[in-house]
Amino acid sequence: MRRFDVFKEIVEVIEDELVICNLGIPSKELYHLKDRKKNFYMMGSMGLVSSIALGLSISSPEKKIWCIDGDGSILMNLGSLSTIGNVGPTNLTLIIIDNGSYSSTGNQETHTSNKTALEIIAKGCGFESISVIYKQDEIIPKLKKIGKGCNFVLIKAEPGNAQVENIPLHPELIRERFMNSILNIE
Amino acid sequence: MNVDLQLYEAIKESGINLILSVPCGMLKGLLKIITEKNEIQHISITREEEGVGIAAGAYLGGRTPAILMQNSGLGNSINAIKSLIQLYNIPIVFIMSHRGAEGEKILAQMPMGQVTLSLLDCISLESAIIDSKIKIGTISDIVKNHQLKQESIAIILKRTLWSEKYEKIRCV
Repeated sequence: MRRFDVFKEIVEVIEDELVICNLGIPSKELYHLKDRKKNFYMMGSMGLVSSIALGLSISSPEKKIWCIDGDGSILMNLGSLSTIGNVGPTNLTLIIIDNGSYSSTGNQETHTSNKTALEIIAKGCGFESISVIYKQDEIIPKLKKIGKGCNFVLIKAEPGNAQVENIPLHPELIRERFMNSILNIE
Repeated sequence: MNVDLQLYEAIKESGINLILSVPCGMLKGLLKIITEKNEIQHISITREEEGVGIAAGAYLGGRTPAILMQNSGLGNSINAIKSLIQLYNIPIVFIMSHRGAEGEKILAQMPMGQVTLSLLDCISLESAIIDSKIKIGTISDIVKNHQLKQESIAIILKRTLWSEKYEKIRCV
């Protein structure tokens, strides 16, 4: 199972969640599979996707927030796990697709392909629920069961990318349509 | 009114309703008031760059966030300022103590302190220098104007706010 296979499962269960997606090929894969105004595609500032999701979750407590992060990216901002765990938002699910590699830049290995276990770090940081998924057919049942609270879902995947085009949206348009979707403005 | 309380009132008057902070000795009085008053949501963060991310997300959700930090954190935040908040045109308020300048006694603060204003200029982040009690009264208008223009602003707090007399350090 590669990241693109994980996304295929995730888009099957997305309903009205606000999705903040990691930069690079992850955002392109999501855009290719299921673009929606409620997707915020990151295009720069690697590492900050979970921080953006935290800021959104405390500001829109009535909405469900899904953050799709990667292992290389979260390793750049491990402090974020500690802040999220301590703030304890009631509506945030952090989904990390852990393929043990920096896939957008040529599949160089990350530390999670060796000794680092993100689920243990997340537990130590205070997330309420921790799940680790190894098989593709476990993804949909698990995501359907996710409730309120501050949840950490690690999906173990193989390195590799789908061949997808760049996202043809200006970042300001991504922001504007995302904000309008929160306010229910078409 | 003491300086810290005046700063707190200016922040409140600005409409800021979320504060993300990394502490600084110059900001300790202000941070204490923010905690004690408990009127503005306050989150302690691990690194300033993380604060830029949280602030951006909070803005998407309709908040007016500010990052309270030391100027050394500017160096930790530059990529996020350029490739997140400026790329997406998300206005954020930075409230920054200016260490490594007038009256600084710690040599290690000097290298960042000396380049802080030119760094801000270089990354096109507008700044307002608050170096006297009378200028604290201008903060809320500055913040509100920048929110209207949808532009970020760095409010630079100088040590002179807390001490009329200060020692000049000779950096050798």
